[in-house]
Amino acid sequence: MNMPFYVSPEQLMKDRADFARKGIARGRSVVVLGYDRGIVFVADNPSRALHKVSEIYDRIAFAAVGKYNEFENLRVAGVRYADLRGYSYDRRDVTARGLANAYAQTLGTVFTQESKPYEVEIVVAEVGENADQDQIYRLTYDGSVADEQGFIAMGGTGEHITTGLKERWSPGMSLGDALVLAVELLGQDPTGGPSRSLTAAQLEVAVLDRARPRRTFRRLAGQLLDALLSSEDPTTDVPPEDDPTPGRHDTLTGEAAGKDLPEPDLS
Amino acid sequence: MSLGFGGAGRLPAAFMTTGSSSFTEFISEHSPELLPSRRALPVGGTVEAPHGTTIVSLTYDGGVVMAGDRRATMGNLIANRDMDKVFGADEYSAVGIAGTAGLAIEVVKLFQVELEHYEKIEGTLLSVEGKANRLASMIRSNLAMAMQGLAVVPLFAGFDLDAMAGRIFSYDVTGGCYEEHDHHSVGSGSLFARGAMKKLWRPGMDSAAAVRVAVEALYDAADDDSATGGPDLGRRIWPTLAVVDAEGLRFLDDDALATVVEQIVADRRGNPGGAR
Repeated sequence: MNMPFYVSPEQLMKDRADFARKGIARGRSVVVLGYDRGIVFVADNPSRALHKVSEIYDRIAFAAVGKYNEFENLRVAGVRYADLRGYSYDRRDVTARGLANAYAQTLGTVFTQESKPYEVEIVVAEVGENADQDQIYRLTYDGSVADEQGFIAMGGTGEHITTGLKERWSPGMSLGDALVLAVELLGQDPTGGPSRSLTAAQLEVAVLDRARPRRTFRRLAGQLLDALLSSEDPTTDVPPEDDPTPGRHDTLTGEAAGKDLPEPDLS
Repeated sequence: MSLGFGGAGRLPAAFMTTGSSSFTEFISEHSPELLPSRRALPVGGTVEAPHGTTIVSLTYDGGVVMAGDRRATMGNLIANRDMDKVFGADEYSAVGIAGTAGLAIEVVKLFQVELEHYEKIEGTLLSVEGKANRLASMIRSNLAMAMQGLAVVPLFAGFDLDAMAGRIFSYDVTGGCYEEHDHHSVGSGSLFARGAMKKLWRPGMDSAAAVRVAVEALYDAADDDSATGGPDLGRRIWPTLAVVDAEGLRFLDDDALATVVEQIVADRRGNPGGAR
């Protein structure tokens, strides 16, 4: 008769956790940190199409590290969750806490019941009316949730970055300062090797800008990102107006700034 | 209940299904009772419900304007005098509704979520035709309601980012979708509004001229159709007016509208036929 090998539950969970952790540590890092007027997401991600940071709802965004197909699946589920809530109740009733709970339950169930846990770690962040009301949740592969204050670093060299952020991050930093700090830490090699200096093209950067009405999520790119990263340029925050260029207004590049479109005369 | 996630707490399978970027498809699988068209209809008899009336839309050089009066009627009564019947569908389109107001607003709400949902999942905007067709399928699924007297007839205006021009689409109750050129109107006062626009619309108009024509057309509709609300100077209720151009969608604020409406009312004093 065929007898299954006995594996203790402790061992089983530990094996699964090790498996997931290894998968996550292989990828590049993502940093999420609060600044005076919102929350900024910085990912070491040269791809323009495969995003690690995305919009979920008006004031909620999502960032992830690990296996792309798995976190993309979770992102889509999150957008569906948020849109369903907003459609059935009201836009104000969609909260990061609710979404974090749904994700936690999902990740927890997958971790214990499916043949393979998700190799992902995700952040759900919601920008509030002021910095005290900002919420940043970290969700790990086994479904545990942590409500973090101010910043999170995950994936790749996440632990090293977290140490750096603990020393140098402070509440009320400007966007420029927060970005420069995040990029410097992302480029450091924890084993003591030479630091990489990451350029705008190697980064995926997005913000939840507290001051914007309705949808607050904007990606940053082009000249604007260069200006924010440069130490000489005085730019320290995103402009209050979107680029007037025709097309989707989800990315701020600062490239059309100064180019005056004729103001329509409606009198 | 659709918003509960079951005992296990895990997001149900419909949330994790891959391949669809349509919100309507998702809720028809997960919670079909939320779809406006899936309501069980009582057999026989019709219900009295508020009706929205006239919507006009016209293109101009560089965009498109859509305007609607503010009245909703129920039989011979005015059900609502300051209802908005023109809505922003997304950043580059507007939708106006005539017909059963409650259902129409629900359809518009679903349409707005549908477009935003697609945008977030796909990371790009739908084409103007894509948006017009999504709206057509929503109207099509409403046919059973329409046959019981709860018809919804929208008018859709969007800015085409490929052609860099405004475009207008009209619908019938069966979900037929037709592209209109230059100008169009729907609702009970549409006959009069169409007549007015036919005479006033010129190729190469600017946005200010287009706004004026839209308000003139609504004035003419209200003049001859009791279900269409005219400008209410006493209560300062102005039409809802959306302009869509290369920069996106915006609604005219009350001050700008007051200027236009007061000008038209002044010009028509002693000259009820208005501009010619």
